[in-house]
Amino acid sequence: MLHLIVCIKQVPDSREIRIDPVNNTLIRQGVPSIVNFYDLHGLEEALRIKDEHGARVTVVTMGPPPAEKALKECISLGADEAVLVTDRKFAGADTLATSYVIAKTIRKVEEVWGPADIVFCGKQTLDGDTGQVGPGIACRLDLEQLTYVGKVVRVDPSSRKVTVHRFLEDGIEVVESSMPVLITALKELNKVRRAPLPGMIRAARYKPYIWTTEDFPDLDASKIGLKGSPTIVSKTWVPEVRKINGQAVGGESEREIAGALVEQLWKPVCRKNSGGHREGRESACLREEKLNRPPIGPITAACW
Amino acid sequence: MARAGLSVVLLERGEFPGAKNIFGGVLYRKQLEDIVPEFWKEKGFPMERHIVEQRIWMMGKESVVTFGHRNEAYKQPYNCFTGLRVKFDQWFADKAVQAGAIPVYQTVATDVIREGSRVVGVKTDRADGDLYANVVVIADGVNSLLGKALGIHKEWRPDEVSLAVKEVIALPKEKIEDRFNLEGDEGVTIEFMGETTLGMAGMGFLYTNKETLSLGVGVMVDQLREKKVKPYALLEAAKQHPMIRKLIQGGETLEYSGHLIPEGGYHSIPPLSGDGWCVVGDAAQLVNFVHREGTNLAMTSGRFAGEAIVEAKGRGDYSRASLQSYDRKIRSSFIEADLKKYKGMHQLLKEQDPELLFDKLPHALNEAAYQLFLVDGLSKAQKQKTAIKLIKDAAGGTVNLLKLGYKGWRAMNG
Repeated sequence: MLHLIVCIKQVPDSREIRIDPVNNTLIRQGVPSIVNFYDLHGLEEALRIKDEHGARVTVVTMGPPPAEKALKECISLGADEAVLVTDRKFAGADTLATSYVIAKTIRKVEEVWGPADIVFCGKQTLDGDTGQVGPGIACRLDLEQLTYVGKVVRVDPSSRKVTVHRFLEDGIEVVESSMPVLITALKELNKVRRAPLPGMIRAARYKPYIWTTEDFPDLDASKIGLKGSPTIVSKTWVPEVRKINGQAVGGESEREIAGALVEQLWKPVCRKNSGGHREGRESACLREEKLNRPPIGPITAACW
Repeated sequence: MARAGLSVVLLERGEFPGAKNIFGGVLYRKQLEDIVPEFWKEKGFPMERHIVEQRIWMMGKESVVTFGHRNEAYKQPYNCFTGLRVKFDQWFADKAVQAGAIPVYQTVATDVIREGSRVVGVKTDRADGDLYANVVVIADGVNSLLGKALGIHKEWRPDEVSLAVKEVIALPKEKIEDRFNLEGDEGVTIEFMGETTLGMAGMGFLYTNKETLSLGVGVMVDQLREKKVKPYALLEAAKQHPMIRKLIQGGETLEYSGHLIPEGGYHSIPPLSGDGWCVVGDAAQLVNFVHREGTNLAMTSGRFAGEAIVEAKGRGDYSRASLQSYDRKIRSSFIEADLKKYKGMHQLLKEQDPELLFDKLPHALNEAAYQLFLVDGLSKAQKQKTAIKLIKDAAGGTVNLLKLGYKGWRAMNG
């Protein structure tokens, strides 16, 4: 039976995050935590492989104790086991230290539940956005790596081959790889299922495995937590919001307002660029000429 | 039930308990203490303020006649608290989870599963969503899907439910304390009627929380429909009233919500139990709208249902006959007594012109008070006569006023 390991992370719900206007840091207080959604697509793919071929799905995460909730969500969706790696000594880890600990965790998971065939990670996390941990794990475990995967075409347990589509900026790359392999998931990979009721009940009762530094006797203390993290955040800032100069159109009647609006829509580019960039003005005017627009007839005001 | 060792699944349609609920905001110590002893001593108890003063306001156009009571004795022990369901429900549900109940959230129970006349579980909106149980406690609120599935109530008639709209308005703690004459965690509740319900049968409320105020107005849905008034317009009218405006000014609206409240009263209570089921709270119409008590009736009915089911388990019998101990507990408690006491209120409100009770009389009362307190050279006897005449005229004469008083007394006393 295939063994699929899914690496997840509990992150603040980015839809509810605000920036402190004074010191430009994230306001995390009161922000609910969720499973990084790229990771959920990785889990969903693992569950689909499980549905089709039969597999054991193990979920791992590194984080503080509340991350247990994220693991329970994965259990509710159909994962078989979940492991939380937690210790104050892991705190402050950057992507280098994180990939080191997760790689160690995967090795330990393999000792308990058998060797991994496919390791899934999200493309990146919503809070860090680096996309480095997945490749970091693959590198440390000497796994093939398939990043930016938007479709898993085929998984063949007998030939131990995986065929995927990698969604790149300039096209789609169809790649076949042998197992064991690490895949980083895009949101296009699949539609995440809704947990079935038995899964919800199992999750409510389930206690994830909790591993601390004591469970990893060969851990190099210089490679974990803050000590093992060479990344320095020298500055953070909020990009300025681009200002768009809006213009209000008015009139006495709906007919007049609509007329004024159409007037503006037909003639903005040439007017705006009249004192601006030459190339812009010319090309904009050319575009307007090419439109060969019909004369504007009487406008019927519509109510909406 | 979980404490007694029963296997309990807690189904909640919201993302978390309280995500889909609203209430005005008053919780009563006695009913909660019966379930969680000395809860207010708990560090994490999400109390907003303990209430030391309750005011009732009869609103005129730019005036108010007040009636209220403030007492330091409400501190030892506390009588009631203001709260916010979004916090309270999570705390309350966690008590059940700590006792061993299995929380299953974001899941809607859509139908009951029957075997003959017996309910043996519920269907949910999740895959493989059938859940079997010895007893189903129906607690899915005013629009109870399970109640409808069981046929114990149909769609509510517009004269059986009111629509309450509410805003939570943020204000600094110090301002709340200054404006309402409070110290520390003390709080005030104000219920108001008259001008602010725009001539419709209903009431408003303004409650103090730690750093917010809960302001709401509820009116009967049939009258809202008849008058073609939008719910938000109702709340806006209340916010513009000079007596309210001064208390909330400078505040920032954090939340706006609306909810139906079952107000059919005693006569609308459905059968409370059957083979394999009990119905509690709003789903059973257990709301005392005269005293703004809904949450404590819901908690108490839930406790009674739990006790009855534990007894039924002891007997190994979950039939209608066995579960009727729940009905008996309700019947012999304050719930039945209170709802029975006001059983005529619904009919009174139906028969009487709402404009008389909720507009003309409150205005006349304000005018009478104005005349009584105004020193303008008229004798006190003349003033008293004018004040009484104002009220009599509003009611349509002495006979009508006496009739109304009698009807009101009857409606308020069973």
